[in-house]
Amino acid sequence: MGMKLVLDLDACQGYANCLIESPGLFDLDDRTDKAVLLDETPAEDRRAEAEAAVRGCPARAISLESS
Amino acid sequence: MRRIAVVGGSLAGVHAAEALREHGFDGDVTLISAENELPYDRPPLSKEALLNGMPMERLSLRAPEWYEDNAVTTRLGNAAVRLDTARRTVLLDDGTTVAYDGLVIATGSRARRLSSTENAPPVQILRSIEDSLRLRERLRPGQHLVLIGAGFIGLEIAATARQLGLDVTIVEVGRVPLGRALGDEVGAWFRALHARNGVEIVCTCTVEAIERLGEGAVLTLSNGRVFNADVVVAGIGASPVTEWLDGSGVQTTDGVVCRSDLSTSVPGVAAAGDVARWYNPLFDEEIRVEHWTNAVEQGRRAAHTLLGHGEAFSAVPYFWTDQYDARMRFVGRASAASEVVVKESGDDRLVALYGRDDRIRGAVCVNAPRELVRYRTAIRDQVRWGDVTETPSAIGG
Ligand code: SF4
Repeated sequence: MGMKLVLDLDACQGYANCLIESPGLFDLDDRTDKAVLLDETPAEDRRAEAEAAVRGCPARAISLESS
Repeated sequence: MRRIAVVGGSLAGVHAAEALREHGFDGDVTLISAENELPYDRPPLSKEALLNGMPMERLSLRAPEWYEDNAVTTRLGNAAVRLDTARRTVLLDDGTTVAYDGLVIATGSRARRLSSTENAPPVQILRSIEDSLRLRERLRPGQHLVLIGAGFIGLEIAATARQLGLDVTIVEVGRVPLGRALGDEVGAWFRALHARNGVEIVCTCTVEAIERLGEGAVLTLSNGRVFNADVVVAGIGASPVTEWLDGSGVQTTDGVVCRSDLSTSVPGVAAAGDVARWYNPLFDEEIRVEHWTNAVEQGRRAAHTLLGHGEAFSAVPYFWTDQYDARMRFVGRASAASEVVVKESGDDRLVALYGRDDRIRGAVCVNAPRELVRYRTAIRDQVRWGDVTETPSAIGG
């Protein structure tokens, strides 16, 4: 069972915490100041990083689903 | 271990409870909070919630169903007043006790108040949701707000009040705002930011007297200046909430003294968040951190430690503040730095690095998120000071 990262762009406030927790999975769009998901379905060995990004988002804009 | 009590309806407390369940703990979990609301998020209280108001559903850290779904019993509106570590009970202010086998101390910190405010108009503070609502009612366009203390909370309130159309003056005891936290160079940048936005920061100055005048006050400063204020708010720091631990055997010195895995001097008791002072091996220092992300991660770590999976907590502290269009992010440690280098400085951008013992220890980045990621990695990897200050591209940018 893989995982799927979901980013709610309406909720995102551009805090960049996700970037800090998980630079390989997220970037920030300079124009909109919102997060960009670089890898929607990360490999299993990045689960800890993905979970840290979910927890680290103060706007609760990121969720992790199983796919 | 059958019963775990988490004292403090804080960010750290909620994440401790959550981590207990994630780790398969199926005994009783009780979350004790002095506040009447379910645990909520504090950073918006000086920003978005103060500016536009914010419904409780958005401020709450977890929905009410979450507590039911995870079988977390809440005791709201009940401050812990005493801890008996021999009997393993927490005494609450309504006279009841909660028995535990394991305890997480997450009582956080409270805003300091001015000492001499008797007879003075109520000088407000901003820590709780009630504080934020009360202040919001008083912030009306055209009024004069005086803030005592140019720390993060004071500067955030200043920025919000300007957006709401108030005149704002800040009185700061230090040479620059944020000087103690971030040093003179970065402090001066923030002073200029606020000046551009019409806020005067009166530095190297204290408030000598506050006298009531109608709904507001007359303030006399140590430099002789006297002026009227419609609203006065003190943002002069916070102190860890540990009085309830007096006599319990849990050692405290400006916070609960923890081992590197957040366990305390008493078996079966761990601490997390603003209240915890622990040895961070990465910085070779005992520190206490009042940051959001730290509370999340320490809450989890304290839970793991109680369940017997203790591991040293060595995170790189991370902090953010938003003022006007400046989105400042800070990683690492600035205090005790012996060197500061400003790498970039402009009206809407700032990058400054902090070093000590030939290693990079901290970085301030305003509107520069990628630099932040880069320097955070450098701090974690304890990169040499010269490598980050002399050769800007040397660390993978
Ligand atoms: S941490 Fe959350 S709010 Fe911040 S940029 Fe990432 S997704 Fe957006």
